[in-house]
Amino acid sequence: MSEQQTAAEVAEPQEPIVIQQLKEKFTDHILTFIDQRSELSVIVSKDASFEILEFLKAGSNPSYDFLVDVTAIDYSQMEDVLVEYDYARFMVIYHLNSFMTNERLRVKVPVNEKELTIKSTVALWKSADWLEREVYDMFGINFDGHPNLRRILMPDDFEGFPLRKDYPLRGRGEREKFNFGRENV
Amino acid sequence: MSRTKLGEELMPKSVDRSTTGEPMTLSFGPQHPATHGTLRIVLELDGETVLKATPHLGYLHTGFEKLGEHLDYNQYIVVTDRMNYLSPLSNNFGYALAVEKLFGMELPKRGQYVRVIMAELSRIADHLIWLGTSALDLGAFSVFLYGFQQREKLYKIFENTTGARLTTSYTRVGGLLRDLYPDFENEVRSFIRDFPEKLKEIHTLLTKNRIWMDRTKDVGQISSEDAINYSYTGPCLRATGVDRDLRKIEPYSSYDEFDFDVPVGSNGDAYDRYLVRMEEMVQSCRIVVQALDNLPDGPINVESHKISLPSKQDAYGHIEGLIHHFKIIMDGHGIQPPVGEVYCATESPNGELGFYIVSDGSGTAYRVRVRPPSFFHFQAFDHLIRGGMFSDMVAVLGSLNVIAGELDR
Repeated sequence: MSEQQTAAEVAEPQEPIVIQQLKEKFTDHILTFIDQRSELSVIVSKDASFEILEFLKAGSNPSYDFLVDVTAIDYSQMEDVLVEYDYARFMVIYHLNSFMTNERLRVKVPVNEKELTIKSTVALWKSADWLEREVYDMFGINFDGHPNLRRILMPDDFEGFPLRKDYPLRGRGEREKFNFGRENV
Repeated sequence: MSRTKLGEELMPKSVDRSTTGEPMTLSFGPQHPATHGTLRIVLELDGETVLKATPHLGYLHTGFEKLGEHLDYNQYIVVTDRMNYLSPLSNNFGYALAVEKLFGMELPKRGQYVRVIMAELSRIADHLIWLGTSALDLGAFSVFLYGFQQREKLYKIFENTTGARLTTSYTRVGGLLRDLYPDFENEVRSFIRDFPEKLKEIHTLLTKNRIWMDRTKDVGQISSEDAINYSYTGPCLRATGVDRDLRKIEPYSSYDEFDFDVPVGSNGDAYDRYLVRMEEMVQSCRIVVQALDNLPDGPINVESHKISLPSKQDAYGHIEGLIHHFKIIMDGHGIQPPVGEVYCATESPNGELGFYIVSDGSGTAYRVRVRPPSFFHFQAFDHLIRGGMFSDMVAVLGSLNVIAGELDR
């Protein structure tokens, strides 16, 4: 393990500037970064996720002022990722884009199943409103400070969270609501 | 929530409540000809002034992202047809490109060029349908027929190339379903030759038309700052004056080899969105002509027996070909990209269409996320219409080109 780490450090001695800036400002909250397929991802802790995104929007160089997407992943069937991030089941993912340099950045925030709440970013980007509602709808992750957190694609009385890995592709909820001739039709 | 309380919340500050009384609630859609699909908007009206518009979506939710975790990489291409059903070829293209990025491979030049030609033709088709239906909503019936006449020619070409008009499923991971048919170039060239004149006819019908201008100018206006804040992309963003086209800033599939301009508006209203889209069709024609002129010979699929299917002759004639065929087709074998994740965006007719794919190394993706452009355009609908007239709503909805299929996924 340590050998692999040193090998990676030799192969890539220089961190991207934005990672250096983030590490300087948020030290412990920056867990790790991945530079793969010319896509930069940074994994940050949940406690400072809002502040980090706020900094990335306006203060960093380059500033990532365009929110491309917000989504989440249920990692419950990916053992290696679970082990690496303290058994946090979900990750909320922000895709950012910079208008100045056209660079992209992916910010990943591990969210533990025991406290499924993360700070909302609607105050930073208006487009985060529906995106966060969709994440809530599909994964059941709550967004603290969201003005209107309710289901968006599924009906309001829907039970369960469809994009979680333990939700089956078909079967659940399909037949309970129809009485196939059991009462007089 | 009681009705009076709801009204209080919704009332903008500029409206004096004492004179207007209680707002009227009107449910627009989901079944309404102007919604182009199944959208529902709950409107709070004061007379004919819109105080608030609340979109309700999910009527066309089909679980495309969930399906992505259960279908293998080539099977999912069929699902992408159904996202933006006005330009399925662009969706096929975007998804195949994302999976190829996961593999870290590039198509041979001919494959890239054919994809560009089909994507640009489908952009023209998409804009023509948008033009026809949005003009129809505002009462201009002949534009609808003029647009559909041209679109029909394109759909004939699509049908001959892919075998289907709508459910094209033309791309494969690492290539295409099949090469172009022999008469393709002639048919496309004859379409491109006639098209500018037909577009001119539409221009004479609409561009300086008093009614069209009155209905669309300064209607549904959005500033460039707000458009960025709402994550607008595509023609709707460019109509506000922001020059952002992924074909230019992140050239994929040889787009950097073509010479074309990116039309940009200034006002950000429905009229500018119309002008930007009209000009985009002209630019798409330029790209198609250049691609046809320089169309290279050679294979269209990547040369890898782990990704592209062998030729039928090979599969039936040689044991290796049969094995390779079997390995790709059989459940549990299939195309298996390396572990990792990728976000790949393409400039679809509506804007940035992104696919975020997480692979665990098996034959099916661990997670597929689609970033649909319409989702963002529709989100700002309340911002665009608030304070406007009720009849403007149809004009704004038409100008955004919200496609319910990709909105709800």
